[in-house]
Amino acid sequence: MKIKPTKGERVFDVINVLMMILIMIVTLYPMYYVVVASFSDNSLLTATPGIIAKPLGFTTGAYRLAFRHPLLMNGYKNTLFILAFGLPINIIMTVFCGYFMAAEDVMFKKIFIPMVMFTMFFSGGLIPGFLNIQSLGLYDSIWSLILPGAISVYNAIITKTAIEGVPESLVESAYIDGAHDYTVLFRIILPLIKATIAVLLLYYGVSHWNSWFTATIYIRDQTRLPLQPILRSLLITDDNVLNASSVSGDEVNNFAETIKYSAIIISTLPVLVIYPFLQKYFMKGVMIGAVKG
Amino acid sequence: MYGALIAFQDFRPSLGMADSPWVGLKHFESFFNDIFFTRLLRNTISISLLNILFSFPAPIIFALLLNELRQDKFKRTVQTVTYFPHFISLVVIAGLIKSFSTSNGVFNDIIAFFGGERSALLQKKEFFRPIYIASGIWQNIGWNSIIYLAALSAIDQEQYEAARIDGASRFKQALHVTIPGILPTIIVLFILRMGSVLSVGHEKILLLYSPPIFEVSDVISTYVYRKGILEAAWSYSSAIDMFNAVINILFLVGSNAIVKKASGKGLF
Repeated sequence: MKIKPTKGERVFDVINVLMMILIMIVTLYPMYYVVVASFSDNSLLTATPGIIAKPLGFTTGAYRLAFRHPLLMNGYKNTLFILAFGLPINIIMTVFCGYFMAAEDVMFKKIFIPMVMFTMFFSGGLIPGFLNIQSLGLYDSIWSLILPGAISVYNAIITKTAIEGVPESLVESAYIDGAHDYTVLFRIILPLIKATIAVLLLYYGVSHWNSWFTATIYIRDQTRLPLQPILRSLLITDDNVLNASSVSGDEVNNFAETIKYSAIIISTLPVLVIYPFLQKYFMKGVMIGAVKG
Repeated sequence: MYGALIAFQDFRPSLGMADSPWVGLKHFESFFNDIFFTRLLRNTISISLLNILFSFPAPIIFALLLNELRQDKFKRTVQTVTYFPHFISLVVIAGLIKSFSTSNGVFNDIIAFFGGERSALLQKKEFFRPIYIASGIWQNIGWNSIIYLAALSAIDQEQYEAARIDGASRFKQALHVTIPGILPTIIVLFILRMGSVLSVGHEKILLLYSPPIFEVSDVISTYVYRKGILEAAWSYSSAIDMFNAVINILFLVGSNAIVKKASGKGLF
């Protein structure tokens, strides 16, 4: 028997939908503004206050300048380097860590797990971390951004939960057939947690892509900075990042404002593009993590 | 973590940890007497509390409302759209805030529309906290609602049936079935949140603050950064950082204990 919705409930539904639409507009508008502004003419943009709906004086100049900008492109390259070398390290180490925490007869497991969880909440602090990097000889090296942070405990726990989800019987029969621990890991468990590995790739990927703070303290040479810190100089601290030799002062002035927007688009585009496709994987990751909680 | 001990020393890099003189709690004392101490503590706690007050409930309410949407396709569209800002980097967000806050920017347009005066928003003290919190909600309301949505879908449908048969309206259902159903999740997340009360997101503040508004925006972690990295006061900065961590532990354990007392179950 279907219960008819009351008038009050129908009003609520309508308001709810309207509110959601409003929320979506507010969510999307800033990015829309950026896209529109990046194609606009610089002087027209600074002269027109506030909300705009379409490009003012369409031009691709801001993009052309951004692509020719050495530091920006360098930053891109460095970030890609971090992804190329960091991601495999992240995944391998996290899987090992998760496996270690999930497996049965492991030595020291009772001490290991609490120790690992402890680091999820506390760390030595900013300065000791910095001194640590220095003494390891990683200062000003791109590896300082890859090695120390290789395992995120949160991700390791997600992995542990996923590994624990593999049926006991499969693992046991493998052992009976004479397999060693590593064989079990690589040939039985890994193929079964492919979805989790996809989630790890995405989480670490996004984290590397967006990180800027550690780079600003550990790296001194501007050409070794990854993308976000460069973006920061461009957008926030207004350093004269733009004054590189291959770019003349005049050109820079012509696009002073709009290049900021084109830089934003260039650096966010990969995320923008990949996101819709992988949305369900992200959500899965959160769910797996939530189950643990 | 062993390096954290330099908080109790007068650390000199050239001497290393083994040879730098030990000074016990000297740095902690100087911190408590630092002219900025009250300001830092005040800002850290108020921003943190405001954050909890506004950005903790927001995703919960959002999830509840989202759950009430009838058309599945619309619901999924809203989800896709609202999850997106979470993936934009803080640098970009701060950049956006900066350009929208200029006198000619979008925010001022809205202010002018309601009859207010245009001004450079990020230079003025009264705007910092609202901007900080609102942008945080904008960025994370969607993403943070995922956990709550997951918890919502785990609620037994039969409970809703029973409530309907008893004549409960949708609103009453929400009150008596839905909210108790996700209460465990809310509590867990709340306790975890309490554990970072003092670590108010220093990255975002670092990107947005400036000397004119230090008065309202300087927090413990940003001070740690300035003193430690920019001024190289190693030991002093570590002492402050440690103070920060200890208070966080206290909050974490404290809120866990309170919840345990109240409901019999805590996080640990």
